[in-house]
Amino acid sequence: MAAPMAGEERLDVVKVREALGDALKKVKVDRDDTFLCVERDRIVDAIKALKDDPELDYSYFAECLGVDYSAWPHERDLEERFEVVYNLYSLKHHARIFLKVGVNDGQTVPTLKHVFVGAEFPEREVWDLFGIVFAGNEQTQRFLLPDDWVGFPLRKEFPLGGEDVLFDKGEHGPAVEDISRPHAGESFPGKTGTEEVSGR
Amino acid sequence: MSHSTTFMPSTETIFEKIGENTMVVNMGPQHPSTHGVLRVICELEGETIIQCKCQIGYLHTGMEKEAEYQQYQKCVVMTDRMDYLNANGNNLAHALAVEKLLGCEIPKRAQYLRVILAELSRIASHLVWLGTHALDLGAMTPYFYVWQQREYILDLFEMFSGVRMMPSWIVPGGLRGDMPDGFEEKLRSFLSSFPKELEVVENMLVENPIWKERTYDVGILSGKQALELGASGPIARASGVPWDLRKSAPYSSYEDFTFDIPVGNKGDVYDRFLVRIAEMKESVKIIAQAIDGLPAGDFRTSDRKISPPPREELDNSMESLIHHFKLWTEGYRPPVGEAYAAVEGSKGELGFYIVSDGSNRPYRWHERPSSFMNLKALEILAVGRLIADVVAIIGSIDIVLGEIDR
Repeated sequence: MAAPMAGEERLDVVKVREALGDALKKVKVDRDDTFLCVERDRIVDAIKALKDDPELDYSYFAECLGVDYSAWPHERDLEERFEVVYNLYSLKHHARIFLKVGVNDGQTVPTLKHVFVGAEFPEREVWDLFGIVFAGNEQTQRFLLPDDWVGFPLRKEFPLGGEDVLFDKGEHGPAVEDISRPHAGESFPGKTGTEEVSGR
Repeated sequence: MSHSTTFMPSTETIFEKIGENTMVVNMGPQHPSTHGVLRVICELEGETIIQCKCQIGYLHTGMEKEAEYQQYQKCVVMTDRMDYLNANGNNLAHALAVEKLLGCEIPKRAQYLRVILAELSRIASHLVWLGTHALDLGAMTPYFYVWQQREYILDLFEMFSGVRMMPSWIVPGGLRGDMPDGFEEKLRSFLSSFPKELEVVENMLVENPIWKERTYDVGILSGKQALELGASGPIARASGVPWDLRKSAPYSSYEDFTFDIPVGNKGDVYDRFLVRIAEMKESVKIIAQAIDGLPAGDFRTSDRKISPPPREELDNSMESLIHHFKLWTEGYRPPVGEAYAAVEGSKGELGFYIVSDGSNRPYRWHERPSSFMNLKALEILAVGRLIADVVAIIGSIDIVLGEIDR
């Protein structure tokens, strides 16, 4: 089954536009998927409009994920550096819809965990890997990464591997070079990873 | 960064106690009933759980980062290692997402073979679940029976690919190779013997008073709750949501097969057990239809820019040689855009969200992990139950930590 239509446009798109007005910035259709680009502060309203409307019934929250567009060479949907993509599914019409918000460093996205309780885990994951803060779901502890990890690995400037991770001065990667404390697996100080031994 | 360097499990940092005179119990990450490296921390009042938190990440290997540095065809091998019990399902979801980006059509034969592999994977995954779930609750015998059947399925995968658990046989563009000689006979003998063997195990548990005592009315999840949690697959269906992506959004020719969606009515651990047993029987039906109606034709797309030319062509066609060389050195370059494709995995909706910037490597490569979303249910279901029920609930959610942590 496909999404119900209201004239030329999908009914859900029309309803979100009614609820948000100008806060719905752009509607993109790419390979049969519909993406709604929404003002960051209004994302909860948009998703509530989709969820609570009995005609639409977007009651299933599939996931949300982050994308870092800082190295993107093409045209963008939103201006901000990061995008958070929400994936909702309607069991009534068996239709899927994606919502996108843009966010920069220092800005926050309102949390969705009060609307969909399942949003808590993916939001924590997005914070852990991208450093995007969700207001109302702020974290002090790492989620997937080790507690002493420094940096947000899915950002484009974060190196995949090599020296930058293991031998950095504490800007990236596991903080094994922090010689103020012995690191995991080191039984006495000064044996591994220090300048004397590695010659650096 | 300020943090403590102690390696003693600390629970204070994870949550604040909410009750008085309560005890905090740590379970895992090395615990036989957590199905991997899951750490569960429970606050107990007497033996009743009043708060429960999951700690994950012990198996995080950064696959999503790694994929941004790999060509599309090399990403395939990482998908197996996510949900390693349902490797073919992951391969299929990834292949569908990349094919959606590329806009390529897959021959019918390849689609049917994909269905056979994916359904075999589903049975194998459910068998592991059944064995370990029963083992957790003290029933040891089913374990040996299901392991025997799973060995048989892994042998079938080995015939196809030479690999038992991580076949990587479903690739964007079709399959790596056609069905091997002797596979059909072996598959048919499996299809005729498996239902009887499954019945043996089922009969051990279904009316077993101890089993019912441990699972009946434990961990009840309503359908609405399940959907709000993002829980899908057998968990949502056991809670009475008749939703299966194979029916609602058919992919890979699932519309050609007739099968039912087993649905529970209560949403407790026992219902999830019944639903998964019934799903295995439906999978057998699907495989039987697929092998009976297997069309002739190619096992991969004829677009030589996506799938390699046959070996014979390389000897007499320069163009094929060029395609072969370009494909294995450069790969293919999907058009700019983003695509999401989902399949019904053994644990729920399993999707891949891939953003392409027009190069031969994904710009962003993300899996929609079904176990990860389902796990949140544990924190809710455990509250108000006894500590012994946590083991039953974890088992009934059927998690794979490789997929949760990625």
